[in-house]
Amino acid sequence: MPTVFATLAPSSVPTSSTVTQSANWFLENAWLVPLLPALSFVCILFFGKRLRYKGAELGIAAVALSLILAACAGVAWLDHRDNFVLHNTTDAGVEAVAGESYVAVQNSTQWLQSGGIEFSAGILVDGLSVMMLVMVSLVSLLVHVYSTDYVSDDKRYTHFFAFLSLFTAAMLFFVLSDNILQMIVGWELVGVCSFVLIGHWWEQKPNSDAALKAFLTNRVGDVGLLIGVITLFFAAGGGKTFDTIKINEAIVQGGVSHSALVVASLCLMAAVMSKSGQFILHTWLPDAMAGPTPVSALIHAATMVVAGVFMIARLYPVFFEGMQIGGSSINVMATIGAVTLVFGGLLAFVQNDIKKVLAYSTVSQLGYMVMALGVGAWTAAVFHLFTHAFFKANLFLGSGSVAHAVHSFDMKKDMGGLRKFMPKTYVTFIIGSLALAGLFPLAGFWSKDEILAGTGGWGLFGGTGGNGTYTFHLLMGMFGAALTAAYMTRCVYLTFHGTYRGGHGQHHEPHESGPRILVPLYILSGLAIVAGLANLPPGFQLVNNSWTERFGHFIEPVGSSYFPKIAHATPSWSLAVVASVVALFGAVAAFYYYFVKVDRLAKTTQQSLTELPEGLTESNALAGAGHKTLVNKYYLDHIYERGIVAATKGPLARAAYWVNQHMIDNAVNTTGETAVKMGRSMYDLVDQGVIDAFVDGSGRVSDATGEELRQINSGKVQNYAAILFAMAAVLAGAFIIIFAF
Amino acid sequence: MNTIAENNWLLTALVFTPLAGALLMVLIPEKDERSHKQAALITSLLTLGLAVFLLWDFDYSNAASLQYFVDTQWIEVIGAGYTIGVDGMSLPLIALTALIMPLVFVYSWHHIPEPGNAKAFLILSLILETGMIGTFVAQDLVLFFVFFEVVLLPMFFMIAVWGGANRRYASLKFFLFTLFGSALMLLSFLALYFLTDEGTFNMLVLTENAGAGIARGTQLLIFAGMFIGFGVKVPMFPFHTWLPDAHTEAPTQGSVILAAVLLKLGTYGFIRIAIPMLPEAAEAWAPWIGLLAVIGIIYGALGCLAQTDMKRLIAFSSVAHMGFVMLGIATLTDFGINAAIFGMVAHGLITGMLFFIAGSVKERYHTLEIKRLGGMLVQAPRMGWILGFVSMASLGLPGLAGFWGEFPAILAAYNPAAGVPEGTFRGYMVVAAIGTVLAAGYLLWLLQRTAMGEPSIEFADDPNITDVSPTEWIAWTPLLVGIVLFGVAPGLIFEVTDPAVVQSLDNCIMTGCEGVQTATSAAGGG
Amino acid sequence: MLLNQFLLLSAVLFCIGVYGVLARKNGVLVLMSIELILNAVNINLVAFGALTADVGGEVFALFTIAVAAAEVGIGLAIVLLIYRNRRSIDLSEADLLKG
Repeated sequence: MPTVFATLAPSSVPTSSTVTQSANWFLENAWLVPLLPALSFVCILFFGKRLRYKGAELGIAAVALSLILAACAGVAWLDHRDNFVLHNTTDAGVEAVAGESYVAVQNSTQWLQSGGIEFSAGILVDGLSVMMLVMVSLVSLLVHVYSTDYVSDDKRYTHFFAFLSLFTAAMLFFVLSDNILQMIVGWELVGVCSFVLIGHWWEQKPNSDAALKAFLTNRVGDVGLLIGVITLFFAAGGGKTFDTIKINEAIVQGGVSHSALVVASLCLMAAVMSKSGQFILHTWLPDAMAGPTPVSALIHAATMVVAGVFMIARLYPVFFEGMQIGGSSINVMATIGAVTLVFGGLLAFVQNDIKKVLAYSTVSQLGYMVMALGVGAWTAAVFHLFTHAFFKANLFLGSGSVAHAVHSFDMKKDMGGLRKFMPKTYVTFIIGSLALAGLFPLAGFWSKDEILAGTGGWGLFGGTGGNGTYTFHLLMGMFGAALTAAYMTRCVYLTFHGTYRGGHGQHHEPHESGPRILVPLYILSGLAIVAGLANLPPGFQLVNNSWTERFGHFIEPVGSSYFPKIAHATPSWSLAVVASVVALFGAVAAFYYYFVKVDRLAKTTQQSLTELPEGLTESNALAGAGHKTLVNKYYLDHIYERGIVAATKGPLARAAYWVNQHMIDNAVNTTGETAVKMGRSMYDLVDQGVIDAFVDGSGRVSDATGEELRQINSGKVQNYAAILFAMAAVLAGAFIIIFAF
Repeated sequence: MNTIAENNWLLTALVFTPLAGALLMVLIPEKDERSHKQAALITSLLTLGLAVFLLWDFDYSNAASLQYFVDTQWIEVIGAGYTIGVDGMSLPLIALTALIMPLVFVYSWHHIPEPGNAKAFLILSLILETGMIGTFVAQDLVLFFVFFEVVLLPMFFMIAVWGGANRRYASLKFFLFTLFGSALMLLSFLALYFLTDEGTFNMLVLTENAGAGIARGTQLLIFAGMFIGFGVKVPMFPFHTWLPDAHTEAPTQGSVILAAVLLKLGTYGFIRIAIPMLPEAAEAWAPWIGLLAVIGIIYGALGCLAQTDMKRLIAFSSVAHMGFVMLGIATLTDFGINAAIFGMVAHGLITGMLFFIAGSVKERYHTLEIKRLGGMLVQAPRMGWILGFVSMASLGLPGLAGFWGEFPAILAAYNPAAGVPEGTFRGYMVVAAIGTVLAAGYLLWLLQRTAMGEPSIEFADDPNITDVSPTEWIAWTPLLVGIVLFGVAPGLIFEVTDPAVVQSLDNCIMTGCEGVQTATSAAGGG
Repeated sequence: MLLNQFLLLSAVLFCIGVYGVLARKNGVLVLMSIELILNAVNINLVAFGALTADVGGEVFALFTIAVAAAEVGIGLAIVLLIYRNRRSIDLSEADLLKG
């Protein structure tokens, strides 16, 4: 309500919300986008099994329609962003509001009323949500199509598609929410869908364990979410509103106490850490690989894990003010992101399961996004979210294609040399890996570069500006880039190069997947190539300026009433070059180790190797003297092998993994076990021992008394009569005594 | 004085239809079980019909005031009247009761517990229904007390006769605990009668009076009496130990009624009687109520983790859930009390449903020991999914009914009424939020151990283990629909209760208790 | 005054009745003794009624007689049932209500 804000705003100038209710039909009715998959969920659940394709066609149709609607909304938004002029009705009449016209579309209806306050449910459509709509529905559609082949002989096929639809619907619902209460609903629904899908094969205990772990870890973060949302409800937005825009506006106008924001942002950060797999709450993410691969792709690329990043982006003023991002050189969020990205990258090295490599890689990339948001590079973070969705979905679906062929996810045992058997998957996987590694000119390069520039930590050639000087985070980001390139190289080698190590007990050779698996891969790898062009840095001399920064222009609500005034970094050629060199360095180091040394050794020994044998002497004995000179010739070899690669691969990563498995996981397990033990002892001692003993004791006392009194009850009428007369006599006596004297 | 006229017959009919049905059934010979089942079902459906008519005819724009109000003399000597009426606070609970009973009778169609005797069982259930609805419509303390106690005996017999192995212990414990609370409650009622100037049991007058003219110390004592009386019924820690025993031993129908409706009598007493009549004392006691509530939340959850018996686990989860309800009440805000009423309805639907499932599991597996169960999703997939669905609802998943009882209660604890210590309640808020994690823990753990995995060898080829039967579907569907419906459209309940709750608290302000305040005074709007 | 004699008579009757109720084993005799007690009361009622010239005494005496008649009817029926079931009307054996 405007009156509330008028009283809150420090100046007497009336502030206007840059929100409109009437806009293009597609923007106003964007709620149809989540509604369709939700309906399809219900329909598949009830009629799915009777349909010809057992429900899959319903899910695909609904998500395809959603995609069309979302795309239309996207096109409408492009027009809306540039041409919409907000009008304000004042006493003097209707007048246009001056200023840059980034006007979000909000459309809501009353949901419930309690305590005299009305709560609404509605949609908030702006660049961010439109982008998410398109991205989620696109990836989901591809995953749907892919799944028709991938899980085709699963006994719960229909059920799988039902929940795939609900998962999509929940995420779409989440990104469209116009208030944080609704966001909680979407957030939890996403969580429960992931629970069901991760535990899709619940017959095996590890799978249901993983599902439980995912849900419970998220639930721990949800404590933060609940408290953070409640704090915002009371502290921001003039008190007692969940409306995202109003809360953001109030914070931007500076009417909210800083301490409340600190509490809220830290609590919400806990929620983000659990949902978006940030260190130290990330341990559920790799376990979640227990689910079917299409689900992993959906979880890691488009839904679920990016929900946390999306929430930071949506409630950015809360974090911007609460964490004091501007003008600083360190803050909680950026540091968590930076630690996560390095930690995740290191862990990806020691995995033998191809999906786990990708899972840790997601952890690492989410670290990038959170770090970017932490240093104030909002657009870069959202852009990375966008590009990451495509190449990560590509990689996951690619790994699924491989696993579909060899019936295993173990790279060392059952893969190797698959390049020959599945060339098409190989090509798409390579494209995805290059994009993930951030090599020019694929998608990952542009978004990663923007994040690095956004840290503002680059001091050479005039620097990049930005919101602060986050040098530490820049270094972590660069290190992470090298790591990413290196572990992806390892992964590609182990999967596709060398000789085929699988096929134990199977008589057929691995084969290329069918079209329903390959077409999504083609589309995604195509997007992984071109998605980066959506946000070419300004001043990029090779193209016209009107082609640069399109993504930021349409997505970032800069100049709107609900977005903080953040500074924008300028891109730097020097940084881009250096970062690319660093990434290349990682790739080359790993390439040299695997593609050159291991491969050569393997050819020499006629064995299928996955790494060099331990110890220098042994390897020399096998490789012969010529090889030895070659090894010693290169001065850099030792640094590569014994230094960087070995150190990261060996002690560092192993230590990190050890910490992960033994300390953090242990803590999680111990907490659970302790809770159960506490419960048991409390139940035995307090509940059964003290409270119940007291209750039973009182019962026993009355019981014993009754036992004594029972003796009188002889059952003989005459005894009773005797007592009666005796008592009557006593009473008569008393009567006489009292009245006689 | 208002006598029974025109539309006022409705509540009286609603209350006494089950009793009339029960009297009629006395005349039917015991052997004719089928007629008994039909009679009980028809009676309860008639009651439900009346309740639906009530829902339809109720003036929602005027939900704050008592409707279908009847006020006639009853026992003149002590000034007790037959005063009944319904407003937004009691309407959802009446509807819940009227809904649950037919479902119980449908379920009883094929599931009369050992040792049989459908006649007595069904008659007792109908008497229970009269008592429960009567409690919710009573507007006179004596009448309230009578109905409150009418509930006690049928439930006692239900547990003592149709219960499990340890039924005598459980039933006696239930009876003594509740009677102990009732005695203190009666004392408090009498004290109110003698200490107020009006000398009346009329709840409207007493509410308007709001404890004026009673010394503060006395008010605290009177409130303490009610606190224990209602708290036993809720049940609040540490008066809760009768609940797991009663639930474990009671027949399925008894557990369902107990969880769905009976526990609400206590919380309803708090919001209808204890708080409006003694707001000053409520304010003083609020931190303690809140403390016991959050202890209940954590304690109940830990208790659940320790259980090896499915039914006992569900019973303990009731302690935790009613903790959320009590936390909402303890904030003394309209927001919190709305949440509490919602929580009561939601808990009624969800936990009632959980007990139905437990009953069906027991019938099929002849055990509820969690260790021996497993793989329900394989053998009875629909039942497994329903268990999963209800567990999700129970742990407070948004979009299902449980959430709207929990979250607003936690929300209200951030900002309790003025005069109630804010810092303390924020602490409670954090603890309660942690309680939601534990809730997820025990429920999902239960789900994993019972529904997931492969069936144990013991039951792998048991032909007894079938999926949900038609009568079960009929009995369960309304509950499942309700869980989704109220989860998606919580306004259905909030909008009915809100005016009544706001007015009830407003009344406290007008009568001079500044402590209790409503959110409306500082509302921004949404 | 004539009253004393009436009271004495009624006291004697009462005591005999009480003795009979407490000491006799035979159910019929116990019932008869109860009749004696009741009649003792009746004598008192009539005597006091005559003394105070109040018909209330006589009315109550008639009332008591009516009640006594009913009581004897039921009492004999019970005794009869006991006899049928146990072939004995010894009251010391009828202790089924023993707690």
